Amino acid sequence: MRKSSAFRVGALGLGMGFLYLPILVLVLGSFNASSDAVAWGGWSTRWYAQLRGDALLREAAMVSVRLALAAASAATLVGTLAALALARLGPFRGKAVFGVALYAPLVMPEIVIGLSLLVLFAAFITERGFWTAAIAHTAMTTGLVAIVVQARLVALGQSLDEAAMDLGASPLGAFAAITLPLLLPAIAAGWLAAFALSFGDLVIASFTTGASAITLPMRVFAEARLGVRPQLDALCTVMMAVGGIAVMAAVLLFGSGAATFKKKRIDAKGRRRLMERISATGAAKASPGPRAAESQDFLYDDDVLPRSE
Amino acid sequence: MTAVSDHSFGRRLVILIPLAWLVAFVLLPLLVLLAAGFADASRLGGEPLLSLANSMAIAAFTTLIVLAAGYPIAYAIARLPRRWRTLFLALTMLPLGVSLLVRACAWMTVLQRGGPLDRLLMALQVVPAPSGPIGTDAALYIGIVYAYLPLTVLPLYAALSRLDPALIEAAADLGCRPWRTFWRVTLPLSAPGVLAGALLCFIPAAGAFVVPELLGGAQSGMAGPAIWGALFGRNDWGLAAALAAVLACLLIAPAVAFGVQAMRAAEDER
Repeated sequence: MRKSSAFRVGALGLGMGFLYLPILVLVLGSFNASSDAVAWGGWSTRWYAQLRGDALLREAAMVSVRLALAAASAATLVGTLAALALARLGPFRGKAVFGVALYAPLVMPEIVIGLSLLVLFAAFITERGFWTAAIAHTAMTTGLVAIVVQARLVALGQSLDEAAMDLGASPLGAFAAITLPLLLPAIAAGWLAAFALSFGDLVIASFTTGASAITLPMRVFAEARLGVRPQLDALCTVMMAVGGIAVMAAVLLFGSGAATFKKKRIDAKGRRRLMERISATGAAKASPGPRAAESQDFLYDDDVLPRSE
Repeated sequence: MTAVSDHSFGRRLVILIPLAWLVAFVLLPLLVLLAAGFADASRLGGEPLLSLANSMAIAAFTTLIVLAAGYPIAYAIARLPRRWRTLFLALTMLPLGVSLLVRACAWMTVLQRGGPLDRLLMALQVVPAPSGPIGTDAALYIGIVYAYLPLTVLPLYAALSRLDPALIEAAADLGCRPWRTFWRVTLPLSAPGVLAGALLCFIPAAGAFVVPELLGGAQSGMAGPAIWGALFGRNDWGLAAALAAVLACLLIAPAVAFGVQAMRAAEDER
């Protein structure tokens, strides 16, 4: 027993060390005052100051952020619809094709997806730039959003929606009032993951953009080909922080969404709130009439005796 | 009864909007690429074909390394107390949020001539002088393993966390030695996870571009840099399309295998 637990601690320690030591070296390198990448010359933030002064990099960073915002938002819209179609609509014609097309960009190498879009754009669109890259990034990240949202949809089940519909809500009303609020953390997590993926992508952007919209990873790649320098380390550290924070937030959101949902199942207060929301959706559909307490009054006359006729 | 069970306008819209998008920007481009690629297939001479074979071999080799490294990690995480599991799983996945390009740059810093690894090896007297492994096969393998290890751990963990520890205890109670228990009980029961993890490493590794370009140097001879070079270096779209089309065809079988595997796992889950 002891031997096996030592093995497990060792495996975890080595694994995490392998994953995080290079990142640590990169971050340390970015704070190196010496311009010689190999020698340590004390702490300094001069490379970050240099980055801020670089107009080309600032412009590329703006392009990358706008691209990631546009692609993540579009992918969230299409991906959420796709997840609903797969998880809630039962079998439909073309479902297999649908699944293949949704997940192909996640599984196939980026270079194949990028080149395929380049060939398409070259055939139908004369000039490539920001919008062609945005379409490509949306196609690349839609499947990711769909996976995240679909996982939550399956975990939620349909019983809450069915309860709302039993109380008179329309399918769309039940979805908007019950499922959508519970789904929002997963949708936000999908958006963040798509943002991180788009923000860090080199290959697909390189194939589908034009000279008018050079992204940050394209600048990083051009620099990296020239060799390692502290300024490159600083640039990479900034990119890593953006991607890392986005994904960390996505993990926390998805996790907390799962936790509140689970808690709601046992927490009486949360369940009560949910049931009130459900009955509110039903109440909106109820037809006007006498209050329940007075609904049988027509059976009795003014002396509170049963009517004889 | 499903949420939108009738053949209503809304139901059709929920299916048709993403379907139209996927057909226009995923399926159509892939079909156009295949058509363009096979029209130019005769252009594939010895060197491009060699790069494809090379990619497959390197991807297969690194997949074995990734499985050997990822399995103990996934196993260790699966045996942790519940709340630690989530933390370490998140820590394993977090590097995936960092651009692959940035992760390759991190290894360039680590592996540069006279860099941290060189100094460590010199201090341990493994190598006599700074060697700078960038541009060697070792750097290429390290980079690919690093890039796809987190992706492989995920399905391995999923399979191992579902494994009932009582089975292993039962084997031990019946006198089975730990290694034999691993071969006869743990490994066979986690086989679907191993298959899914292997495919999640093999498919992207075979088409890798960033890692071989930055860490493998000019002589990595993989298909990804060959496609990039044909397109951006020589402006030879025909050759690039032909290479990418053949690469896609080589990877369709593994990709379908992964899809079938994932769907089966999803059905088991319900």
